[in-house]
Amino acid sequence: MGNEGSRLARLKALLEEFYVAPYRGALARAKREEDDLFMLFVFAELMGVPNPAAYYTLELQPLLLERFHDWHRRQGLEHSPLDGFRCC
Amino acid sequence: MNAAVLAVIGITCLFVGYRFYSKFIAEKIYQLDPSYETPAHSMRDDIDYIPTKRIVLWGHHFTAVAGAAPIIGPGIAVIWGWLPAFIWVIVGTMFFAGVHDFGSVWASVRNQARSIGSLTGDVVSPRASTLFMIVIFLLLLMVNAVFAVTISNALQATPSAVIPAWSAVFVAVIIGLVFFKLHVPITWPTIVGTLFLYVLIYVGELVPIELPARALGIAPGAQWIVILFLYAAIASMLPLWLLLQPRGYIGGIQLFIGLGLLYGGVLIAHPPIVAPAFNPDVPASAPPMVPLLFVTIACGAISGFHGLVGSGTTSKQLNTEPDARFIGYLGSAGEGSLALVAIIAATAGFATLGDWQTMYSEYNGAGVAVAAFVEGGAQIASNGLGLPLGFMQTLLAVMLVLFAGTTMDTGVRLQRYIVQEWGSIYNIAPLRNGHVATLVAVSCCLALAFGAGGADGTGGMIIWPLFGTTNQLLAGLILLVISVILVKLGRPARYTLIPMVFVTTMAFFSALYELWHFYTDGNYLLVFIDLLIVVAAVFVMLEASSAFMRERRAAAATAAAAS
Repeated sequence: MGNEGSRLARLKALLEEFYVAPYRGALARAKREEDDLFMLFVFAELMGVPNPAAYYTLELQPLLLERFHDWHRRQGLEHSPLDGFRCC
Repeated sequence: MNAAVLAVIGITCLFVGYRFYSKFIAEKIYQLDPSYETPAHSMRDDIDYIPTKRIVLWGHHFTAVAGAAPIIGPGIAVIWGWLPAFIWVIVGTMFFAGVHDFGSVWASVRNQARSIGSLTGDVVSPRASTLFMIVIFLLLLMVNAVFAVTISNALQATPSAVIPAWSAVFVAVIIGLVFFKLHVPITWPTIVGTLFLYVLIYVGELVPIELPARALGIAPGAQWIVILFLYAAIASMLPLWLLLQPRGYIGGIQLFIGLGLLYGGVLIAHPPIVAPAFNPDVPASAPPMVPLLFVTIACGAISGFHGLVGSGTTSKQLNTEPDARFIGYLGSAGEGSLALVAIIAATAGFATLGDWQTMYSEYNGAGVAVAAFVEGGAQIASNGLGLPLGFMQTLLAVMLVLFAGTTMDTGVRLQRYIVQEWGSIYNIAPLRNGHVATLVAVSCCLALAFGAGGADGTGGMIIWPLFGTTNQLLAGLILLVISVILVKLGRPARYTLIPMVFVTTMAFFSALYELWHFYTDGNYLLVFIDLLIVVAAVFVMLEASSAFMRERRAAAATAAAAS
């Protein structure tokens, strides 16, 4: 019974990997593009772009700081675009 | 000759090739190192670069390279008899495709998992890399046109396949939604989806669908082609998780089930091969066997497309370097086994020699190959496994449509990316738009399907040999790039050079034959495409040969200095 259970679990894992792996990269990239747009919304006000939702996105900034460096590099900015906030 | 004996001989040869020849190549030529840190580890980002279990990666590689082509090519080639097709598939897989596929994975892994096209820029020259890309674009263009005609043929020949084949799209969407949005483990959607597909096959038999004899002034075949490209355009714009991912998955599952049913049928029914070993009555319309056999069967013997998959995707996920042998060589062996069963279906699935001769009374390209595979394969599986003949015919037709459809979806999407990239490079704003780029990509394919074949849209059928030629020239170029890398490393290059010389020579003479053939037929669109391919391939080959000689001289000079 135990063997059967582990065999089923292995089959499930194998099928899932077979399903997910071919498009893992493409889906992760699509998700990253969405996240990048969201980052732009959150940090727009700091870069001089008016953002009507700034009151709410301000709260999110500390939570997204870890991702900030990778994000600005992906946008083609070698160094942080914010004067008051230097990550590199 | 008995079909079961032929199947056993073929599979044994492929096994021996893997067990001994690939081991020799792995140890002595590519010199795989278990301690080498593959890009999946050294560049791991959990997006593109991620170490993957070798059995899973083999499954992806195999299902990515095995589509409708290893079924259609052999289905056409048996017109010259079963023996030449059998020998080319087995020898080609053992000594050509295995080394080529395995080599492209290895070469890529040793160069930061870069694609062969990009490697050509470094190893040969940047100009060669650009020409290489042109050949790849033309190959994609032809893939879409060829497979649209293949699906159209299958749906016309087997009207019972219309409902299940199109319903598979909805089954795929539901699986995608259930897995991606509802987070249901994939096992149940797989089982339920597969069973539902088989119920739909039964429904399809009860309600066969044929298009009207004339609609908007075009015949049913052409109507299907227009519908298919319309569908491909929409499908290529949908999110990957919604259609392409589950559709590819269903296709992969069907590939394994189909192979199991066909080989099971062959071994149990063990029918005699009714077709002659060498056909003494080849129809006058058929081209000469040499060199056309070697481009008619590309996938299934050797195909440059595999090198693109191996170096673009597989190499980024390779866990250890020795896995390259298992995935690359066995991937090509898997495709060889599909080509082998297609040969058997198209030669042993008929009651008498007369029936077979009636089927192959005309050289009809992909059309006859689809019919022979569906009818012959269904007969064998039905006799062996006791399944209803009509059900098996529909199942095999659906399998073929699924393979070709997935390739078409991917092909149109890739072409859209290329057009969008051109829009960015040359600063043409409208081309950067996804909808416009899709329209351009689909229009090019439609222009080829109708421009090359007239109002019935059979262009894809006419260009099958040209498609094979391009595929083989690409394989030759990839083998040459691998050879240059081997010479640079001071290792023997003859194991890749000999297949390269053979494949390239056959492809080149085929291209010249087709050029003359298209010219005498007044098909100037194909004359132009053929010329473009020949010129691009000759330039890349000259550049690569010069790089090869340069590296060889450098290696000889180093050896002389050392002694």
